[in-house]
Parts: sequence; C-alpha cells; structure tokens
Amino acid sequence: MSFGTEILIKVGVVLAFALNGAVIFTLMDVKGSAWMQRRPGPLHVGLRGFIFPLAEVIKFIQKEDIIPTKVDKTVFKLAPAFILFSVFGLFVVVPISPTLVVADLNLGVFYLLAISTISTLGVLTAGWSSANKYSLMGGLRAAGQLIAYELPLILAVVGVVIQAETMSLVGIVEKQIEWGLPFVIAGQGVAFVIFMIAATAEMMRIPFDMPIGESELVSGFMTEYSGIRFLIFYIAEYINMFVMCAIAATLFLGGYHIPLLPVEWVNFYGPVSLLTKTLLLGFILVLVRWSFPRFREDQLQNIAWKILIPLSLLNILITSVMKVVF
Amino acid sequence: MDTTINPNNMPHISDASVSVEIETEDMTLNIGPQHPSTHGVLRLVAKVDGEKISSVEPVLGYMHRGYEKLAEVRTYPQITTLVNRIDWVSGFANEIPFIAATEKLMEIDVPERAQHIRLILTEMARIASHFVFNGAYALEIGALTPIFLAMEDRERVLDLIESVTGGRFHPNFNRIGGVKPAAGAGPTTKKDIQDLPAGFYEETKIVMEKVLEGVDRFENLVGGNEVFRVRTKNVGIITKEMAEDYGVSGPILRASGVKFDLRSHTDFLPYDKFDFEIPVGENGDCYDRWYVRLVEMRESAKIILQAIDSMPSGPLQTKVPKVIKVPKGQSYVRTENPKGEMGFHVISEGGLGPYRLKIRTPSFSNISILPELLEGQLLPDLIAIMGSLDFVLGDVDR
Repeated sequence: MSFGTEILIKVGVVLAFALNGAVIFTLMDVKGSAWMQRRPGPLHVGLRGFIFPLAEVIKFIQKEDIIPTKVDKTVFKLAPAFILFSVFGLFVVVPISPTLVVADLNLGVFYLLAISTISTLGVLTAGWSSANKYSLMGGLRAAGQLIAYELPLILAVVGVVIQAETMSLVGIVEKQIEWGLPFVIAGQGVAFVIFMIAATAEMMRIPFDMPIGESELVSGFMTEYSGIRFLIFYIAEYINMFVMCAIAATLFLGGYHIPLLPVEWVNFYGPVSLLTKTLLLGFILVLVRWSFPRFREDQLQNIAWKILIPLSLLNILITSVMKVVF
Repeated sequence: MDTTINPNNMPHISDASVSVEIETEDMTLNIGPQHPSTHGVLRLVAKVDGEKISSVEPVLGYMHRGYEKLAEVRTYPQITTLVNRIDWVSGFANEIPFIAATEKLMEIDVPERAQHIRLILTEMARIASHFVFNGAYALEIGALTPIFLAMEDRERVLDLIESVTGGRFHPNFNRIGGVKPAAGAGPTTKKDIQDLPAGFYEETKIVMEKVLEGVDRFENLVGGNEVFRVRTKNVGIITKEMAEDYGVSGPILRASGVKFDLRSHTDFLPYDKFDFEIPVGENGDCYDRWYVRLVEMRESAKIILQAIDSMPSGPLQTKVPKVIKVPKGQSYVRTENPKGEMGFHVISEGGLGPYRLKIRTPSFSNISILPELLEGQLLPDLIAIMGSLDFVLGDVDR
C-alpha cells in the first residue's frame, strides 16, 4: 500500500469515527434531556426520535449563512475551522485496539494536550472577530477558563504518565493490562475526577458553560454565527465530548482492554470495549448537563486554582513517592 | 506624564521610571430589550468594566399599552378584560383589586360563596405564577430542566382555573357583585345560575397534592443543588431598610425580613377565616427570595384545601342594576398580588366608566431598586438578581 492511500484511509476512518461519534453523542444528549424533561420531540417524533440529529443537520444547512457587515471576515470564517481541526486532531492518537490506531506517537499525551488547546484559540478568535460585545465577553471568558483548566488537566495526566512510565497511549493501556487493573482503581482515582471536571470545563458544558452562558451572554462567542458555521460549532462540541471521553477511558479505565478477558482477543473486543466505556462517561456528562446550574466565572477560577491544582499536585507527589517506594 | 527617558540624566539606569497611565473606559452594554433573560422587553443600559458593573440604568416603556387611558373610555364591566392583561402570569389576581374598588364605591356586599371562589382562584393564580418563577429562575441560573417540570405542574393548576372560568390566562371571571356563572353554563336566568363545575372539589384536592409534591421536588432539585446555593446565597442582598425605602412589596419585602402581607391586613377577601403562615426570609438575598416564594406555594395550597372544605352555600351574585353606574367618589383598594402589592385607584364622576383609573403595579415599584442593587455586581449576578425580583414587563409598563 502506498503512503498516500494509507493516509487517505486513515483520514477517512477518523472522519467516519468522529462524525458518527458526534451523532451518537448528540442523540444521547437530546435523549437524556428528553427523558429528564419529558420532551416529546427526541422521544416520540420520527422513528422514536432517532432521526433527530438528521433533522437538526438539515435544518442548519437550510439556514442562511449570515455574515454581519462589521465582522473581521477572514477570522470570522476561519474560527470554526480552528475548532474542527483541533477536535479531529485529537483522534489521531486514540487507540481503538493495539493495532487500530492512526499513529502511536511516543509523546501521545503531550500531543493530545497541545492539540486540545487550539480549540480555545478558535473560540477566542470567534469571540473577537464577531464585533459583538456579548461574543467578546464569551471569548474572553473562554480564554480565562483555558488558563484555569488546562493546568489541572495536564497535572492530572502527569500522575498517569508517572505511573505508566510512558507517554504513548498504547503504552499506557498496556501498562494497565500488565497491572491487571485500570488506573482509576489502581491509584489514579483522584486524578480521574480532576480530569473529568477539567475536561467538562474545557468542553464548555454545564456547569462550566460560561463562555456560552445563554441566559447571560445570549450565545457567547457563537452569537453571530448562523447556518452551517453554527452547525460546525455544534458538531465540534459533540466530537470534542466524544474524544475527551475516549481519552479519559484510555487513560484511566483501561481503554480497549477489559480485565479478566484474554489479551490475545483484544483486537476483537477492543473497539466495543472502548466505545462502551466512552458512552458510559458521556452518559455521566449528559446527566450533569441536564441537572446542574451554571457556576459564576470567579467561582470557577476559585475551584480551579484553590482546589483542583493543589489536589493534582498532591496526587503527583503521592504517585511519585509510591513509584520510588515500590 | 513624562514618558521620555534620557539615560544621560540619570545617576543609574535603575532610577528610570515610567509613569504611563493607560486610559480605560467602561464598556456600555445594552442588555435588552431583546435578551433571553429580561422577561420580555426590559432594557438595561449597563456600564461594565470587564465583568463588573459600575452602573445600570433601566429603560422602560417598550410594552406600554396605555391601560389607564383605555379604561377611561370603557364601562366598568369592560375594564376587567383589560386588567387581566396587566400581569398575564397571574391574570386572575389582577381582577380582584379593581372589582373590589368598584364594589367599595357602589357599596355592594359580595355573597360569601362568591368571595370564597375568588379567594380560591386568586391563590391558584399565585401558585401558577410562582411555578413560572421557579422554572424561569432556575433557567436563568443555568439549569435547563426545572422549567419543564414547572410548566407541567403549572398546567394542572391552569386546567383547574380553566374549568371554572373558561380561560387559562385571562379568566375575565369577576363581575361587579359576584362572579360569572361557570363555563359552559350558557345563558342563564337569575334563578338557575350554574355553579362550579362538577367534580371541582375532588379534582382540586388531587391537584393540590400534586402541587405540594412539585414544591418538594423543587426544594430538592433546585434548592438542594450546591451550585444553585453558591450562585444565590449572599447575592443581591436587600436590607430591611433598603426594602422599605424603595417601597418594594410582596415576597421580595418578606424575604428581607419584613413580615408584611396584605392578605392578613385587609378585608378584600376572607383570608382571616383560614389558617396560614407568612414566610419571612432572614438575609434578603436571592436564595431567600426564591425560598419565600417556594414556601408561599405550600401555604397557598393549604389555603385552597381549607377553603374547599369550608365552602359556604348561597348565591354567586348580588342584585346589581343591568346598567352599572357608579356613584361619584373615589376609592383605593390594594391587594396582595403574587408579585407584590397591587392597587387600583378608581375616580368616578358618576358615569358608566371611571373618570380616571390609576394602577399601582408591584413589578414597577419592585424594579426601581435595580440601579442601587446592581452597582458593583458581576454580570452573572445581574441576571441572578434580576430574575429573583420576578417581574413581568406587562406589569411594569401597563
């Protein structure tokens, strides 16, 4: 197989995986809300609500793509692309099974954390270029949130890296197979909770959706976007949620492996295992989204700097000590 | 301001100092008239420094419909149609002060049964209004689920109101001297005026049980949520003095620790026959305002159940002339609307309609406290505080 064909296949797989993941998560989100709020739309209308995402996409494609006169047009058009690029990029290193991985980078974790920051750049540029005060405030809030939450996210992962002695995601999963237990039980429970909280903040989902904050900032950085560009933000949000859950499952829940099942068969049950774990984590996020109010911006900063960062530093310390002792 | 640095004039380079003052300006943020949480078309011109608000100026009048003037060219029975639409969330409660003021001028005694029915429907309107507040407030704080539950709970109460009056929002049910015959009763002669719909008492008891369940659910779902607590506790504190100075009324006044409820002070409806408590807050913060309304819903359900059990028999209307003419004079009646104190000042010159009608609405007086309350708060708190005042723009602008 030539290099070009391989790349094409890989890109196709990533696209199919990411977009289908987004559809599944959209469906899960609206179904979750419909169960909690007794909404008839996603529960009963059109094949018991299962064609809801399709209807949603068609609706957005039909709508006019409005670009206000005073916006910075180039940046305004580029911003959704930034976000989409970032979330697609994350898929590259997530291992679905030991062999089913686009690229098993040595510095996989490092790559993940670096790429995930780019989405905030997209949010910031979207907020700035919209020439709208609400958008600007949303963008700035997103920037503040990034600084506050990227740190605990990285520090939580550092604990895992120390325990696994590798930065490659396949390596981390293999270490968990070696231990026989996923890291969430074997020492990184606190890190897992910190990671999930920080990831929720990075995804800008309730209770950390201040950059969007529809009752305060109308729609935050997305206020001026409409039609297909709004759809890109919308899809990117769900792809991001999907990939973040997949990463959490890989780092903390043993990824494609299930304890007690023979390791030789991992290529068969690997994808199912990872998808199940991802969906379970996603379900928690759905429950949280539909039952929690929103924090205030300064409260979020307090939680990040006063609770999460000290806790994750403590976690690193304990992990290192354990590593040296045993 | 000296920004030029000449190293030759300095003994040492570390003595160089630059004093540059960056000129900053507050950003003017127009919140409303079209904004998701301004309850319609309230406009706040806010000067903000980042997230911090330095001053706020409310701009009213986007929904001014001129009801006071419209009332001058209408007859008394026609005006009830108008007053329904002032605070549409609790339509029935608006009718009472106007009808009571007119009856006071005409010196009519309303039959006991009619008064009881009025009281029951007023309390139902209060429950419906507070359900809307509960749902909408949670939505403003950022929780998306409670509004759906609140609307469902409210719908049961509205169904009851509809079964009696024929209208969910605008009952137009009160008549001078009593209440209208039940919906679907058709043209009535004086002898066989239809009463409340069949099964109303049993239905009401079932619905009130559900209301109490709903209130408990809200207390757990919304009030038990730690995020809701940190967002509302010690936010937007209205002290006792401030509340009295600005003339705020209703649950907002009571949340500030003033035990003042017109239901126990005036005799426009027979509240003295029933046993109920007036909830009072301690701090006067957003959480207290939310909690006082929650408890009020429970008390209202209690009042309704008592009123159902002690419903007197008798006529629904007293004898009034076919063409209603009100003698010369003026009267002012104020009642406890779900949102606060509502008063109607009727001035009659002896004609078919009032010479002048002055309406004192609770929301208008309540939001006058906004500029002082919002100064120095953060933008998310602005939404939380504004929501906790529970105003309706129709009630503000009339």
